[in-house]
Amino acid sequence: MIISQLGYYSLIFGLLTSILIFFNSSIQIKKNNSVISNKTTGLIGFQFFFVIISFISLIYSFIISDFSNETVYNNSHTTKPLFYKITGTWGNHEGSLLLWLLVLTGVLLGFIFKSKNEPNNYRQLTILFHQIIVIGFFVFILKTSNPFNEIFPVATEGLGLNPILQDPALGIHPPILYLGYVGTSIIFSAALASMICSHVNKSWAKEIKFWILFSWFFLTGGILLGSIWAYYELGWGGFWFWDPVENVSLMPWLSLTALLHCVVTLEKRELFKNWTIVLCIITFALSMAGTFLVRSGILNSVHTFANDPSRGIYILTFLLVLVLLSFVVFVIYENKNFVQKSEIFAWSKETSILINNWFILYFLSVVLIGTIYPIFLDVILDEQISVGPPFYNKLILPFLIPFVLFMSIGPSMKWIKTNIKIGVKSFFIIMVTLILSFVTIYYIGSKNIFLLLLFIGFFYLLLKSLDQLRQKTKNFAQIFSHTGFSLLLISILLNSFSSNEIIRNIQVGESFSLKNEKILFQKILVEKEKNYESIIGFFEILDEKNKIINLHPEIRIYNEPEMATSEASIKTSLFKDRFITINLIKDQNFFNVRYQHKPFMIWVWISTLIIMLGGLFAIFRKNKEVNI
Amino acid sequence: MQFLEKTRKSIFSLIILVLLISSFFIFKFALQKEKIYSPNITDNQIFTDFEVIDLIEEKKINFDKVLFGKNFYLINIWSSWCEPCKDESEYLLELKNDTSIMMIGINYKDKKINALNFLKLYGDPFDQIFIDKQGTVSINFGAYGVPETLLINEDNKVLKKYIGPLNDGDVYEIKNITNN
Amino acid sequence: MFMKSKILQTIKILIIFILISFNLKNIAIALTFPEEQTINITKNLRCLICQGQTIHESNSDFAESMKKYIKGELENGKTDEEIFSSLVEKYGQWIVYDPGISRNTLLLWALPLLLFLVGGAIIGKRILKKI
Repeated sequence: MIISQLGYYSLIFGLLTSILIFFNSSIQIKKNNSVISNKTTGLIGFQFFFVIISFISLIYSFIISDFSNETVYNNSHTTKPLFYKITGTWGNHEGSLLLWLLVLTGVLLGFIFKSKNEPNNYRQLTILFHQIIVIGFFVFILKTSNPFNEIFPVATEGLGLNPILQDPALGIHPPILYLGYVGTSIIFSAALASMICSHVNKSWAKEIKFWILFSWFFLTGGILLGSIWAYYELGWGGFWFWDPVENVSLMPWLSLTALLHCVVTLEKRELFKNWTIVLCIITFALSMAGTFLVRSGILNSVHTFANDPSRGIYILTFLLVLVLLSFVVFVIYENKNFVQKSEIFAWSKETSILINNWFILYFLSVVLIGTIYPIFLDVILDEQISVGPPFYNKLILPFLIPFVLFMSIGPSMKWIKTNIKIGVKSFFIIMVTLILSFVTIYYIGSKNIFLLLLFIGFFYLLLKSLDQLRQKTKNFAQIFSHTGFSLLLISILLNSFSSNEIIRNIQVGESFSLKNEKILFQKILVEKEKNYESIIGFFEILDEKNKIINLHPEIRIYNEPEMATSEASIKTSLFKDRFITINLIKDQNFFNVRYQHKPFMIWVWISTLIIMLGGLFAIFRKNKEVNI
Repeated sequence: MQFLEKTRKSIFSLIILVLLISSFFIFKFALQKEKIYSPNITDNQIFTDFEVIDLIEEKKINFDKVLFGKNFYLINIWSSWCEPCKDESEYLLELKNDTSIMMIGINYKDKKINALNFLKLYGDPFDQIFIDKQGTVSINFGAYGVPETLLINEDNKVLKKYIGPLNDGDVYEIKNITNN
Repeated sequence: MFMKSKILQTIKILIIFILISFNLKNIAIALTFPEEQTINITKNLRCLICQGQTIHESNSDFAESMKKYIKGELENGKTDEEIFSSLVEKYGQWIVYDPGISRNTLLLWALPLLLFLVGGAIIGKRILKKI
């Protein structure tokens, strides 16, 4: 009770501090007082402190199952394990917004400490713009989504957390994802500030690159965790669905990736100033739009917590205000940063980065249009259509081939001008690429020319990226990310073109086979756990080498809220995952058994980790020269 | 040249502004729109050329031949394991008194014994009942699951479709249609 | 550097042509099994009572029935198009994941491609201006 009150008043104090900081900064800017006083830093610290207090109060309320708190009552239950009580804090609309606010104020504090060498009027302006966002979210939370609403009479038991959200990967997925999402907010504030102060230069690029890498790293991690969760929890062995909610996290990722490459050009050559700023604005707008689309319930999905239109309208209006603000700032100050158009030679790194941005933004537009087109069509013509995987595959896959080819040659381009040399080495790489591609195509037994082309492109990128290890000045960040990316594409392609599966309705004791493997349904066991009852199937798989593999898929019947989930049992090996799920069939003694071979699954995860590792290298190599 | 550049810039800005604001309003409308999806299939002819099996006599018959002799046909998809079906049985019994309607039950993914027990317990509102062991018959009617009810006329046109259990209002609506 | 990639591309294109000429016969006799055909169809259908899943992926009652229904229709000699159009008639365009090209979806397909061309034009202008 008291803890909830504490959390609530902390939020109010946080809002008051924000308003104070906002006016303080405006006065300083007007006075042209270029020093950031300890007072300002202190206030920002306090603001962060208040949000932390509030956040901890909510976590505490969840831990002690304080059902006088409406959020806890709606989303928790006493029988839940402690870990899920804690992760339940952000597994709902109100709590997740509080987490959003926590990161939002946290990155500003980080920015203040990191940007000590930057001009003070630029820092002051960044604080000002950032406070607009912070105040917007404070008001949003207090007005429409207060996590500390009290209910009376106090219930003795809560309603529980959706069982499919009770999972370790999903427990840490929101915080990681939010670090990425909300990290982009400081990029946005800083971009607007630097625009006004005519500070879009090499030093700014160096500074902001940290935050771009930071957001990019965590966003990649967040998407990875979400995919892993989907893979084993949703029970049919897929990891990417082109579901609107996934698209919403992919869009800022794409624009961050474009920005990452673009900002390096700004850092080295002071080129593409306006374009960098535009990308900064787009990135944050997409993150906000993501929050809007997911939280408003405009999309039907597992992630939709709230269906209260007033919340959606608030975020939407706020988003419009921010975008219009940045638009106005951009139009007014655009010319100030225009020095003169530097020359770009056709065969240079600048060109290759332009091409990179061109393709990435095309992919972004495909995802964006595919996601919002159905909404627009529904409103304008009242016609409902689905835009699913076929659309994305058709518009993205063909463009991946030229994209990876440019990506392969891009890194070996030099700034300004590149001299063209052809050696024996390049011929060797091409030969190895072709051999690898043909072997792969033969291995998966396909005769598809298009697939072959894709493999050739992906393998070429892989070999070219690895080839750079032999260069004198190694750029590990870029080598890792590009190698990881090519591995990711190869694994996804292999995975989707050579998966096998079989679905059978069988009873205990029966068996079936898939590709030289025999699957025997041995027995079932019913166990009672703290918050669910589980039916465990025992399966014995005899593989082609007569080795025995045991799998134990489960059906869990949760008590609070009452709901059945199917838990997959997965045996991972280097080359393929064996994936089995069981389901009950109504009014019959049979079980619906689905057994799948998912080749190279683990490589999808590993390669994404390699990509992230590249990001880490880039973050920690900030003192040395970094090329992308 | 400079003038041209400036005009181009302002036109470009204007386009973006219009796009932004119109997107805002479209999203706003989308938010207020009903989110529950139901396709607009009324006035569609239903497809009737498929075989069904009678629950009691277990005889095969083409569904086309079933729809014969009445002005209206009420197709109700139900099952003994479906909780809302129990609540709706009283409304179905009420509709049975309407002589212009032929009541057709589709027994969805059920066991015969359970189905018969259910009818004993809650009353049998149906003139004819057919088995839908696999759920494929219901798909012919464009159904999602149980319970679901379709009202069709003698030309096999769908007049009304109710997803979920029937209620007072629905019965009133159906009676209004059949009595005119 | 660029020459290298040009040569590379030429080699690739050559090899592809050789491949195509060898493979023509095999491509022509591509066999599809009913089971595979069912999977191909169900992968393109939305499970209407689920959240963002295809019929193929879902284990719900509706999806299971739909799988059997489609298998039955294929055995009755229906073509993919006939099955899709009859389902669209019953459940609306919403059930099909592939939006296809129609009056309603023309912009959906054209817009990204148009943007790609515009982007290319802008970049091309920027680079080639100074050559």
